[in-house]
Amino acid sequence: MTGFHSDLMMLLGGIGTILVIASAIGYVLQRRLSPDGSNSVIENLNARIQAWWVMVIFMGIAFLGGRTGVMLLFAFCSFAALREFATLTNTRRADHWALASAFFVVLPIQYGLIWIDWYGLYSIFIPVYAFLLMPIVAALRGDTENYLDRVAETQWALMICVFCASHVPALLSLDIPGYEGRNVLLIAFLIVVVQSSDVLQYVWGKLYGRRKIAPELSPSKTLEGFVGGILSAMLVGAALWWITPFSFFQAALLSLVIALMGFFGGLVMSAIKRDRGIKDWGHLIAGHGGFIDRLDSVVFSAPIFFHLVRYWWVP
Amino acid sequence: MSLLARLVGTAIVLFARFITAVRGIWLGVEPTAKQRIYFANHASHGDFILIWTVLPFRLRRTARPVAGADYWLKSTLKRFIGRNVFNAVLIDRDRETRTGDPIETMAEALDGGASLILFPEGTRNETAEPLLPFKAGLYHLAKARPAVEMVPVWIENLNRVMPKGELVPIPLICTVTFGGPLRVAVEESKADFIARAESALLSLSPDTEGSRK
Repeated sequence: MTGFHSDLMMLLGGIGTILVIASAIGYVLQRRLSPDGSNSVIENLNARIQAWWVMVIFMGIAFLGGRTGVMLLFAFCSFAALREFATLTNTRRADHWALASAFFVVLPIQYGLIWIDWYGLYSIFIPVYAFLLMPIVAALRGDTENYLDRVAETQWALMICVFCASHVPALLSLDIPGYEGRNVLLIAFLIVVVQSSDVLQYVWGKLYGRRKIAPELSPSKTLEGFVGGILSAMLVGAALWWITPFSFFQAALLSLVIALMGFFGGLVMSAIKRDRGIKDWGHLIAGHGGFIDRLDSVVFSAPIFFHLVRYWWVP
Repeated sequence: MSLLARLVGTAIVLFARFITAVRGIWLGVEPTAKQRIYFANHASHGDFILIWTVLPFRLRRTARPVAGADYWLKSTLKRFIGRNVFNAVLIDRDRETRTGDPIETMAEALDGGASLILFPEGTRNETAEPLLPFKAGLYHLAKARPAVEMVPVWIENLNRVMPKGELVPIPLICTVTFGGPLRVAVEESKADFIARAESALLSLSPDTEGSRK
């Protein structure tokens, strides 16, 4: 469709404009409040904005690369996220083959199934086949110490990092009448809503945050940030209805669901970080932490968004 | 260095980054092109590669691992990687049959301008202990070239990536931490220096009580 490329370029152009404005604000704030690099909030803000440039450029290239680009990008994100998650598990020598197969067998098969569009198998492959097979592999090694913990950790790692994350590229396989050839924009919609919800929660929280919403899990999250972030992300999503198959109000409602799932995804992943006594999942994305720190909200919203769209929009 | 050796070296570094996303933490020294003896814990065949990967390119070219000749001269491939890619300082570990003095070989490499990477435990640690007792070589080398600073390097997690006897590495995040430099004091005894070096290295481990984390 001819409209696809112009819509994608318009969206990327819009995001680029926002980043230019954000960089300008970051520059002014740094000149005024942190000329010697001493204000850690400002320094972190600028590190985050810079990392956003890199992430948006990668995303943009992947989107322009179409199906292949998106598949490769998310397969790599799954790999990097699984690597971070596995680092924190209590796995032992006896889990070696189970873990190796998670990385080098289960992950490629899951993305391969999505590539060939086999919905009946990719939607159950991990929860049925991988979840039964991996404990068997681990049990065959005969080490029973913390067996249940180890199996549960490995399964949860696959669920979050591979199964959930792979539902983002799976959006490409939905056949929505009148929306043929534009599915990449559905992914763009999901990512923009989730990430703008994260950013806006951060901004609202920094500006007006007073009451902590989950002090045990995430001390930086506030009620004001939550309400402001979710509502403004809803507006962002509604304003993007023209790139989706949804009406204005449908886009707003779906954005609400996406933003809420994203928020709770962030909370769940924070709970795991607190449990393991770490602040970030990794260090690969400057200012943000690891891949999971950036993906936590996406992985929780992607499967729900996928199934809602599939149920109501795919005949 | 030949072009092929360079390509193989780059491929090894890329592979190490892909599997471990390794990050160098320069706690006690800066990554400057100063001549040094890096001494590290040894739990995996990949230990040297990980240190090599986090060194900036300039430092990497002059850093030579000290390794057992018996292992690295075994096959043509190992010989190529050991000699041409890593430019290893090969020493004969067998006291009975060896002709040269390993300390002299290492000192000569230092005199040639190289930095050394060595594993003073002498062999891979496969026990539950964080560190095996150091061999005396570290002390003798320090005495032989007292001007060169010795930097402790803690490698974290690589033993989980590829435990002994496994063929396939599991991707896990690793870190390599560089501590503050040590020099042997004029009057310091062998036992005192070795104890000091061991505790300097151990203090970089995240599992040590009261260490950096």
